[in-house]
Amino acid sequence: MPDQLLYAMEAGLNGLMAGVMYALVALGFVLIFKASGIFNYAQGVLALFAALTLVGLQDGQVPFAHLINAVFGTDLHSFGWTLPAVVAIALAAGVMVLLAVVIEKLVLQHLVNQAPIILFMATIGMAYFLEGLGDLMWGADIKKLDIGLPQGINETIDTLTYNAFGYGFFIDNLDIVATVVAAVLVISLTLFSQYTKYGRALRAVADDHQAALSVGISLRFIWVLVWSIAGIVALVAGIMWGSKSGVQFSLSLIALKALPVLMLGGFTSIPGAIVGGLIIGMGEKLFEFWIGPMIGGATENWFAYVLALVFLVFRPQGLFGEKIIERV
Amino acid sequence: MNVANPEGYTTPDGRRIGGVLMEMKNITLRFGGVNAITNISFDIRDGEIRAIIGPNGAGKSSMLNVISGFYVPQEGEVWFKGYKRGPMKPYQVARLGIARTFQNIALFDGMSVLDNIMTGRLTMMKSGLLGQAIWWGGAQREETENREKVEKIIDFLEIQNIRKTPVGRLPYGLKKRVELARALAAEPKLLLLDEPMAGMNVEEKEDMSRFILDVNDEFGTTIALIEHDMGVVMDLSDRVVVMDYGKKIGDGTPDEVRNNQDVIDAYLGVSHD
Repeated sequence: MPDQLLYAMEAGLNGLMAGVMYALVALGFVLIFKASGIFNYAQGVLALFAALTLVGLQDGQVPFAHLINAVFGTDLHSFGWTLPAVVAIALAAGVMVLLAVVIEKLVLQHLVNQAPIILFMATIGMAYFLEGLGDLMWGADIKKLDIGLPQGINETIDTLTYNAFGYGFFIDNLDIVATVVAAVLVISLTLFSQYTKYGRALRAVADDHQAALSVGISLRFIWVLVWSIAGIVALVAGIMWGSKSGVQFSLSLIALKALPVLMLGGFTSIPGAIVGGLIIGMGEKLFEFWIGPMIGGATENWFAYVLALVFLVFRPQGLFGEKIIERV
Repeated sequence: MNVANPEGYTTPDGRRIGGVLMEMKNITLRFGGVNAITNISFDIRDGEIRAIIGPNGAGKSSMLNVISGFYVPQEGEVWFKGYKRGPMKPYQVARLGIARTFQNIALFDGMSVLDNIMTGRLTMMKSGLLGQAIWWGGAQREETENREKVEKIIDFLEIQNIRKTPVGRLPYGLKKRVELARALAAEPKLLLLDEPMAGMNVEEKEDMSRFILDVNDEFGTTIALIEHDMGVVMDLSDRVVVMDYGKKIGDGTPDEVRNNQDVIDAYLGVSHD
């Protein structure tokens, strides 16, 4: 096999794995959009906040340490413990559920029956608020997130491909873990929404608030539920991105890469978020590999958006989105 | 036949109507300075088909929304099953056993007919979030049991062939029927129908009338309905409330109402000189 093709295969595989990471973020968007028609601008910040909280809890950081020290003249920094990863994750998930309750109480509850754009604006406000809150609670420094996920080159794949093609592929173990986790997440979420009564209630609320109320569904409960799930998905995304590149505030910007993913996959489809992520991830790597050198490189920055633009022109509802049929 | 008897009465066609199931006492509903409903009282007996009629803008739908908890009246009391009902959210009212349909059809368009009707049974399903999440224990059995009940309703309303069709694709008449099925799935004590026959052709109206009578007959469901079509109302209902400009102008059997001068004036118009 020619070297060029082998390199391309490796790039493509790595692209797929990167796509999984995009998809994890996109998944959170889809969940909330499906259930409430809100485009949640704060989803990326939710992931950041979740990751910050996880690291903070795990390392026994004192929340609001800077604020407390400044006000009371104390010198608090750490509780001096290190929690096991499982405990810290469970606690962080608990915090995300709590956050969902607070968001419902303070924001969503007061915006019932408002136009989607109002809710969208509210989520923009929420994004900035959460970013500030995360900063205030846990500090702005870049943190290392380590919950014991395997990292580095996968030797088995390296050896196997070396024996087969005479060229070992570099695949990061963390990417493999992320892929498995994303697959489990998507399958379980799809099953939950298709086959359980809460899933049905969730879809019902997404479709028609008034009708949902009339069959005895409590909107508030469903919203707390869906924001909790989105919060936990954000936690998973935060863990993966945080393990890969450290927990830093630029993490909230990965939300931007989720946008083209959503346009490809469709805003309302859970599997669409995954397929969209994979296409974008692989597409941008392969494009960079083949076309990049001809036009000066750095295509990864814009490729996803251009692809999304093309989709907007030819298939605005995305690959898997519901086609909107208006009857006249 | 004495319809005023508090113990109940027997209809001309031999159905036994029980005591008071729901009572509206001096209901007044305002939107800003506009009175949508002014001091209206009436009752709904157990097992009867009660119609609320009146010209456009009479406040019929507002009344139905008060009963189903979508509007909370400024004055008056709502009594259900012998208890005074406090201000309630619509979903709480639904859980009391009051199901409804909407004038403009409020179905879940993206979901199949079957799923739509299954949502009607949400309040009957008791298994918790965790059980549902891991699909374990009672959750599965419960789904099967509820599915059986829903299939019965599907048979009853003769919509077997569209079971899996997304509701958004159905024609108007069938949507109305699916909405009725969803309301029935909750096994309501009281069923509220907001213009169940609006916009239907004669044949569809006949079907719907038949279903309403059958539901009342077979499940013993009490039905309160709003309807424009006077002919249909008079044939279907045991007693009729007539509203005009938010006030009650008549209440009684179809025959009584038909001969009420106020009602005739409201419908045919009268010169005010």
